[in-house]
Amino acid sequence: MKVIVDRVRCEGHGLCEEAAPQMFQLDDEGELMVLQDAEPVPAEQIEAVADAARTCPVGALRVES
Amino acid sequence: MARRLVVVGASLAGLRAVEGARAAGFTGPVTLVGAEPHPPYDRPPLSKEFLHGGAEPAPPLHRDPASYAAELDADLLLGEPATALDAARRTVRVGGADLPYDALVIATGVRPRALPGAGALAGVHTLRTLDDARAIRRALDDGARTVVVGAGFIGSEAAAAARRRGLPVTVVEALPTPLARAVGEPMGRLCGDLHAANGVELRCGAPVAAVEGRGRVERVRLADGTVLPADLVVVGVGSVPATDWLAGSGLELADGVVCDETLAAAPGVYAAGDVARWRNPLFGRRMRLEHWTGAAQQGDIAGRNAADPAAARPCPTVPYFWSDLYGTRVQFSGVPDADRVECFGDPGGGGFAALYCRDDRLTGALVFDRPALALRYRALIRQGAAFPDAVEYTASRLDPARAAVG
Ligand SMILES: Cc1cc2nc3c(=O)[nH]c(=O)nc-3n(C[C@H](O)[C@H](O)[C@H](O)COP(=O)(O)OP(=O)(O)OC[C@H]3O[C@@H](n4cnc5c(N)ncnc54)[C@H](O)[C@@H]3O)c2cc1C
Ligand code: SF4
Repeated sequence: MKVIVDRVRCEGHGLCEEAAPQMFQLDDEGELMVLQDAEPVPAEQIEAVADAARTCPVGALRVES
Repeated sequence: MARRLVVVGASLAGLRAVEGARAAGFTGPVTLVGAEPHPPYDRPPLSKEFLHGGAEPAPPLHRDPASYAAELDADLLLGEPATALDAARRTVRVGGADLPYDALVIATGVRPRALPGAGALAGVHTLRTLDDARAIRRALDDGARTVVVGAGFIGSEAAAAARRRGLPVTVVEALPTPLARAVGEPMGRLCGDLHAANGVELRCGAPVAAVEGRGRVERVRLADGTVLPADLVVVGVGSVPATDWLAGSGLELADGVVCDETLAAAPGVYAAGDVARWRNPLFGRRMRLEHWTGAAQQGDIAGRNAADPAAARPCPTVPYFWSDLYGTRVQFSGVPDADRVECFGDPGGGGFAALYCRDDRLTGALVFDRPALALRYRALIRQGAAFPDAVEYTASRLDPARAAVG
């Protein structure tokens, strides 16, 4: 599975960080940092990343298998 | 025989319930019932980008309509409301037929309150649905003079959209302070100031006496006698849970469907989203939210719990919503009941935060234009952080507010 961050869409809500803190983090400027490999997503992060994609209010995270 | 899941309300919470049930391994038939003719779409853009000038954007659909069958193996039953629930026989009435279920999720949201006395005049609209947004867009395209009745977030965003097009707009609010219920009085005033700062008049303590016109709206008359000419009236005076169809079902209804911590309303029946009044274990009391993130989370959990009631888990939430007002990103986390509020930064630009303190804990936070901060506060509230810790965290990132606010 891979996850694609649409940087234009991302508005820095950071809800993805709550769902998958080991994967996503907002820096103090509100810029989203991806902390681990996005392609492929590490096996133990797959569920959290799928949650993150569902929780993003602007649909800025896309998961592809 | 496989268990059947019926979800009533085909919007955010209902969709997340279907997705949650499938993610939890539910294999039986799933039906998603929606009163609107449209497949599930997202509401926040309707009062924001969707109203901007230019060509009408495509409807902000949550998913490709084909994916309901293909990916979720769910039946979409659109354009017909559910009209009754028989919780004893476990059936939902839709279009004269009784749909049997083993598990039910109620996600019918809220419907906007109408303005008493506005009757059926053309040009008067609430803003809840895609069809509402389309009608408002068209009026703005025609250069309408706009009066927004009710200074809540949705109405305020509509005012900002009209202003952005350079159209004249006035916001009238019956209460002395806007947004008091959402963010408390002093901070409500502060959010209301964004209107004036952007050239929009906000009249508070100004109840509407009448909306007048012949067939089509021509003016709004306020209780103090002021007459505001208008071609478009956007009514944003709150909403009520869409529970009429549940009358006589035996479910407890009290400003929403009353649920426990796991969102269960009765055996096999769960509720989620704007319609649900559930016990939030994080605050130890019942609440009902009308926020995107809460609806998404509750939908997911209700769907999972409906799929596997034996493993039902609670739904602890720090309430969170955002709004975009004239280019300011407003975010609120937690609850606004506070003994005092401490402010940092500048509400006029460059980042601002107001911390709500109750019993020496951080209970709420209002943030302008600092999304990363808003997120940290949400986490701090969840952890029950001591107020001084939140202050210390903030002080290294924003200056203390120069002027006393409120
Ligand atoms: C214009 C607008 C802007 C918003 N902006 C923001 C924002 O910036 N930030 C934020 O946090 N939140 C915002 N919200 C709130 C957010 O959109 C809601 O919290 C969310 O939509 C709630 O989802 P829901 O599925 O619970 O209910 P709803 O989205 O209200 O959906 C309920 C659905 O159930 C259907 N229904 C009702 N009765 C029946 C019945 N008897 N049978 C079948 N179907 C039925 C309705 O037609 C509707 O489609 C906004 C809302 C609006 C309207
Ligand atoms: S939740 Fe969405 S908008 Fe928010 S930071 Fe993550 S990707 Fe960006």
